[in-house]
Amino acid sequence: MQNIFKDFVRNFGIPRLIILGFFLLLCVMAVFLGLDFAELMSSSLVRIGMNGILVLAILPSIVCGTGPNFGLSLGILCGLLGGLIAMELTLNGFTNFFAAIAFSIPLSVLVGYGYGLLLNKVKGSEMMFAIFVGWSVVSVMKIGWLVLPFNSPEMAWPIGRGVRVTIALLNREVSQLLNNLWAFNVGGVIIPTGLLLFFVICCFILWLFMRSKTGMAMYAAGDNPRFARAAGINVDRQRIIGTIVSTFIGAVGILVYAQSFGFYQLYDGPMMMPFIAIAAILIGGASIRKASITNVIVGTFLFFGILVVAMPVANAFAADIASMAEITRQIIQNGIILYALMQAGKGDAA
Amino acid sequence: MKDNPKLNRDPGHAVKKKVTSFLTNNMVTIMFVVLSLLAFQVSGMNSNLYITDIVSRISRNSFTVLALIIPVIAGMGLNFSIIVGAMAAQAVIIYVTHWGVPGFAGIMLCVALVTPLSILLGYLTGHLFNRVKGQEMITGLIFGYFAMGIYTFIFLQLVGGVLPMDNEVLVLSSGVGIRTTIDLYGGLRYGLDDLFRLPLPVMLIIAGLIAAGYQLFIFMRSDRLKAQRFNMIIGIAGSLLVVVLAIVLMNSNSLIRLISIPVATWLAIIALCFFLFFFTKTKLGQDMRSVGQDRHIAAVSGINVDRVRVIAIIMSTVLASWGHIIFLQNMGAWSTYGSHMQIGFYAIAAILIGGATVTRATIGQALLGVFLFHTLFIVAPAAGRELFGDAQIGEYFRVFVAFGVIGVTLAMHAWKTKLQSNQGIRAIKDE
Repeated sequence: MQNIFKDFVRNFGIPRLIILGFFLLLCVMAVFLGLDFAELMSSSLVRIGMNGILVLAILPSIVCGTGPNFGLSLGILCGLLGGLIAMELTLNGFTNFFAAIAFSIPLSVLVGYGYGLLLNKVKGSEMMFAIFVGWSVVSVMKIGWLVLPFNSPEMAWPIGRGVRVTIALLNREVSQLLNNLWAFNVGGVIIPTGLLLFFVICCFILWLFMRSKTGMAMYAAGDNPRFARAAGINVDRQRIIGTIVSTFIGAVGILVYAQSFGFYQLYDGPMMMPFIAIAAILIGGASIRKASITNVIVGTFLFFGILVVAMPVANAFAADIASMAEITRQIIQNGIILYALMQAGKGDAA
Repeated sequence: MKDNPKLNRDPGHAVKKKVTSFLTNNMVTIMFVVLSLLAFQVSGMNSNLYITDIVSRISRNSFTVLALIIPVIAGMGLNFSIIVGAMAAQAVIIYVTHWGVPGFAGIMLCVALVTPLSILLGYLTGHLFNRVKGQEMITGLIFGYFAMGIYTFIFLQLVGGVLPMDNEVLVLSSGVGIRTTIDLYGGLRYGLDDLFRLPLPVMLIIAGLIAAGYQLFIFMRSDRLKAQRFNMIIGIAGSLLVVVLAIVLMNSNSLIRLISIPVATWLAIIALCFFLFFFTKTKLGQDMRSVGQDRHIAAVSGINVDRVRVIAIIMSTVLASWGHIIFLQNMGAWSTYGSHMQIGFYAIAAILIGGATVTRATIGQALLGVFLFHTLFIVAPAAGRELFGDAQIGEYFRVFVAFGVIGVTLAMHAWKTKLQSNQGIRAIKDE
């Protein structure tokens, strides 16, 4: 019995236990403080749906062996570009949303391909390289947002050049589009059916893809490159495919995120987003080399659940609520990434 | 592949080879010199303004950049965790400002307090790095963000509440948390800089005379080859030329002659350079070098690898915290929760622009890098305004350059190691 418990702790990881414990503690405190549980549930569900696809985007990159995709900002930028093109064409509602996804497909395939080629050149230090590629491209796109020819009055600054820092989606009827689709109320908890359904469909499609021939080859390439090569799999090609898929899901992810949030956040917006997504999948039990859809769902649920519940609980104790949520996020997020790096280090030493 | 002896005898080929290897090894630096010169031309900037700015930037940033050298020697790559040292410095400065110790005494108190704190933090960082050998850089970067969360938590949520601090100027009106900007005016501002200032020409004359005297001293004592003696004569002549130019400058009515140099700060930087220079000659410095070259061979030859690595990080953290004190006392007003954020990236970008790599960094590269990087920092907004009619573009461009340079260097390093290991495999196969 004790051994089973020990094994469980070792496999699950102490930090994850702490995080789970912290989450439960927060929930208990929320109950004792008499917070509106239904409202907390509703906003947790929204946060899970809106961030879930970004977390999902990390999965293919881990599976194909390039490690957690710290350069997810590239995919996010593709999605934002697609979204802005759809805005420029003054499309409304679902047409706008799906047009944005359609526009971002060629962009993310192209970008993902180039990025995958680069990652193949730096095997062994992909993560560090990816962070700086992501940040460099975000900085380049800051110049891009200033000089790209977007003229629609909703996006451009009235004076001067460039597009605004945040672009409201309300006028194009995209804001809350999926959230409100088939949404219903159960005992005060609002279930954003459309949003959750979209997340589940995306998970399912990726799950199917991972079971296809390409998906299996990708698993093999990521799991043991030498063995895969011996089995006749082109490892470099699989890594590129994984990167492209990750980039594309990232693009879809930001569009879903933005429609729920109500705004496109440009300029510095995408800079730290990959870190949040990576932290979520790691909390869900993924490591730097292994991940599954379950990890994505569990991690998204735990991480964003904590962030939602922490805010009103902190309200009761801390002075500055907004910053407390941000601090909690920063400590948990970077703590879990550090833990994952340490676990990977152990594997190397052995 | 074997070298062709015939080719090696050809002097023209040797020169050509030298030139190509010089160009490829210093590609980043050369690119930057060209870029800076172009941007300077385009910006149409007043050279007085530029020189004033670059002098103050070099004096406030060099110390932190020099703090990066030791971990590189110990084979731990670019130390992204110097940001931890910067936060330690900020924590101490907040308290010293609260106690109201002004000027040089305040700076010394800061140094005295920050040193044990950074030793402790460096010790923790070093042990963390020992658990992730080979991944120190990304761990350092993430650890920096992690520590930032804790720093923000302490100073925004605890100070004033759990940790009492009764100070209306520093603490937010709600009574908990430090304000988002802290002004050191009337306190620590220029605490080190104002200790002793000299006008730029006087400083140049002194530096020129010292350099000339030193070289003359060596020249008299040595009996080296003619070529080397010739180099020394050129050195002496150059130093004296600087002196003459400085005298001319003093008597001109150019505004540059009015720039005052914070001598104490420069002495601190020079002292650090000397320390680093002599440190690499000590037993510990040599141990670090061997650990940097090959951990396993070092371990076999009886060096306690883990201990040496921890010491390297402790030294780097302590130096970075001192460097950040120098930086902040010069800046005066600083952002409590933001001014440490970019320190690591900008310092690392600077040393890389100077020609350093993940495995090699020298004092000269650090200083040259600070000069080039901050030149671009000064002229980029003006160049952006002239070229595109928007200073913002120049500002975004310089941020891109900082991240881009780090990315390119990391990629080149990874690529080189990959090539080398491939060659190694091939060599073994050939045998």
